[in-house]
Amino acid sequence: MSESPIVLEAKGITKQFPGVLANDNVNFDLRKGEIHALLGENGAGKSTLMNLLYGLHKPDKGEITVNGKNAIIHSPNDSIELGIGMVHQHFMLIPVFSVAENVMLGDEAVKNGSLDRNSVAKKITDISKQYGLDVDPNALVGTLPVGIQQRVEIVKTLYRNAEIVILDEPTAVLTPQEAEDLFRIMRDLTARGVSIIFITHKLKEVLAVADRITVMRAGRVINTVKPSETDSAQLANMMVGRQVILTVDKQDHEAADEILKVEGITVRDQRDLETVHNVSFSVRGGEVLGIAGVQGNGQTELSEALTGLRSPTSGKVTIDGKDLTGKPPRIITEAGLAHIPEDRQRHGLVLSYSIADNMALCDYYHAPFSSRGVLQPKALDENARKLISAFDVRTPSAFVNAGKLSGGNQQKVIVARELSRNVKLVIANQPTRGLDVGSIEYIHSEIIKMRDRGVAVLLISAELDEIMALSDRIAVMYRGQIVAIVEAKKTTREQLGLWMAGAHVQTA
Amino acid sequence: MDWKRFGFIALIITVLFGVVVVVGQAKQPPLLIITSMLATTIAVATPLTLGALSGVYCERAGVVNIGIEGMMLTAAFFGWLGGIYMFQIYHMDAMVSIVLGVFFAILTGAIMALLHAVLSITFKVDQIIGGTVINILAVGLTGFLNRQLFFGKGSVFGGSVPASPGVLPTIHVPITELFTSICGSSAACLENVQAVNRVFDQKPIAMGAILLVFLSHYVLFNTRWGLRTRAVGEHPKAADTVGINVAKMRYANVLIGGMFAGLAGAYFTIESVPSFEPLLTNGRGFISLAAMIFGNWTPIGAWAAALVFGASQALLINMQIYRDVIPPQWAFLQQSYIVGLTPYILTMFILTGIIGRTTPPAADGVPYEK
Ligand SMILES: Nc1ncnc2c1ncn2[C@@H]1O[C@H](COP(=O)(O)OP(=O)(O)OP(=O)(O)O)[C@@H](O)[C@H]1O
Ligand SMILES: [Mg+2]
Repeated sequence: MSESPIVLEAKGITKQFPGVLANDNVNFDLRKGEIHALLGENGAGKSTLMNLLYGLHKPDKGEITVNGKNAIIHSPNDSIELGIGMVHQHFMLIPVFSVAENVMLGDEAVKNGSLDRNSVAKKITDISKQYGLDVDPNALVGTLPVGIQQRVEIVKTLYRNAEIVILDEPTAVLTPQEAEDLFRIMRDLTARGVSIIFITHKLKEVLAVADRITVMRAGRVINTVKPSETDSAQLANMMVGRQVILTVDKQDHEAADEILKVEGITVRDQRDLETVHNVSFSVRGGEVLGIAGVQGNGQTELSEALTGLRSPTSGKVTIDGKDLTGKPPRIITEAGLAHIPEDRQRHGLVLSYSIADNMALCDYYHAPFSSRGVLQPKALDENARKLISAFDVRTPSAFVNAGKLSGGNQQKVIVARELSRNVKLVIANQPTRGLDVGSIEYIHSEIIKMRDRGVAVLLISAELDEIMALSDRIAVMYRGQIVAIVEAKKTTREQLGLWMAGAHVQTA
Repeated sequence: MDWKRFGFIALIITVLFGVVVVVGQAKQPPLLIITSMLATTIAVATPLTLGALSGVYCERAGVVNIGIEGMMLTAAFFGWLGGIYMFQIYHMDAMVSIVLGVFFAILTGAIMALLHAVLSITFKVDQIIGGTVINILAVGLTGFLNRQLFFGKGSVFGGSVPASPGVLPTIHVPITELFTSICGSSAACLENVQAVNRVFDQKPIAMGAILLVFLSHYVLFNTRWGLRTRAVGEHPKAADTVGINVAKMRYANVLIGGMFAGLAGAYFTIESVPSFEPLLTNGRGFISLAAMIFGNWTPIGAWAAALVFGASQALLINMQIYRDVIPPQWAFLQQSYIVGLTPYILTMFILTGIIGRTTPPAADGVPYEK
């Protein structure tokens, strides 16, 4: 691998954002046909470096060469021209457009003045076949699961004949199966001479697929290593700058009374399909119930129904004895719910509000944040400062808009807000999606602390490791039903995996 | 646009026409009433159609434009004034002056739109405020200039409004001529054909507006321009990442929208009547926006909705014709202010979302920041 020529090189890249030196004299190179992984804690500057390579931002200093030639990249047009394609951390797809329209946007096929959808569809089908990227060119993107949306993003880059593909945290939103699929696609691509920059927080993935690994911290490159010369612990150490405990320290704990009780609820999604069928379970104070399952088996609709974002068509939801079926989110929140939603940008944050305002989003209308209907900036500020330092949110100040934070730090703002409130029940849907190992360690310990204080925790996660590490009991969801509920200690990954795949139904 | 929506539109238009047929049949045969209602509906829907198209271009690109009313008013004034200048001062041919007047109106719309674009795209001013600025500016500017130029001592035209070059002529579509041989000597047949012909005999802006509806629909949904326009209105960042210049697309579409509003303004003072009075647009710009919303931000849908408003205005006009034959139990229809309320009541009714909600472009009204 090391003999192949360098296709992309960044030299001495520096980028200053207001209050943050996001990239500090960064050197980085990519060889032909390799997968070069980029690791680093939240806010380390990974996305920024990629945005600079892709022309979305301009570096303050430094130069970029592509195929040995000095490259002038002022806009994505320039980088596309140079054969660079990027799959962004937050997808850049238009939900109301078809796959073909999304793919051709910006590089449209036109015949006699009108869009030539057929020829684009044909080209997409060709790419699909060639790389095993199955997508229907006529499907509306908004109706596709995230795993397929991601394929659309990759097809978008290949449609433009990209030879260098940047994947910014592509696996954060994927199920393990989908991730495996992606790795296969990545290997296919590199076998055909495409070079890939792969950003992730999952150390196992890095060790499995990367040819080289570069670690960033606080805007600087710490080191570049080969997977064969390192291991998870060392990588974690390089990223965070200290020892990270990769397992959760959890003592046995006596569960108390039932807090959340779900009786036979049925939920329909926005296409009016029944995605949760007659589901019942309960969570007691002081226990963590983990819901395992391949994404898209009704977990999203279930958590929406429990948190008031969607009304169940039948069944009953009670929190601490109070019937809250189909009640609006505010009522449920006031009854003692903390909710970490699955989609941070849609349901968790107001991106154009400051961090301080976002951190008070659930109770801005109560003292101390409000007094006689007037917001108290001092209280908001104090609260924000406290949470920013406790949860290690990397930001120049509490007044920065949430939209300006790195993806993982946006997640931390939500987690900080929700886990710092005095609640009876926590519903956490993919709480550590997109977080670095250090932050995951902290948030896991916070969740366990809440459980030890007697809070009921419903954890929904596509990460089996996370479910295994935190749960006292585990429920497995398959095709909208709970097919098994077991004591965490009495089961194995393999058994859970079988249930998740739909094998034999059993309740214990 | 869904069929439920078109069905609702067809229903309302049928009801409005039905009322006139029932009232007027004492005086005229139904066919004649229906065709004349249709002709009026199409004509008076013209500024609403153009206004709604103006809104569709702006909002599909992500810029809310509530300044259409003001753009129309200003364009109506300057188009008319330009015609008078050409005709009276430069002694141009009447027809040439009229056509140049239309051109001035379009230009005025574009200039007003440029102001809106600079405010909302470059300076990222709240778009509702930008639109309001334009509406207030339009009322003040046209009112002031109208007074300064035509009325009172020392005014440019010495206290009276000079004759304008007139209005655009009706274009005759030769349907009757085509049918004369078919009808043969049957006078009734010929009469019916003539009645139908009247629906098609419209003035140029009215005809052009309908062409523009279908052209815009095609452009928006089947061309590169349309795809990019919708992209910057839905998800500007996504458009940016594939190399589309968001600001440029938005500017261009807002300017196009302004030209449509300008043409709508020309309808009032150059196609309908050859005179200007302050505030003559009378809320039509806002009703256009209602039509745009009811039409779900599509040109054809917006046109259909504009026809509903046109029909309700045609009802008002026709009720005056049949005033003396209104049956006593329907006496309230003699009250023109009651009939005149119809479009406004319809607007409120339609915007409540009874016929199902419509969805604006996702980034409508949101300035784009990298
Ligand atoms: N547009 C922007 N304006 C201001 N600051 C920004 C902007 N984009 C990023 N930053 C800041 O730059 C720093 C680096 O952010 P970046 O998104 O590159 O982090 P990252 O390594 O991708 O993190 P994550 O793993 O959380 O995605 C962060 O402190 C972030 O707040
Ligand atoms: Mg990032």
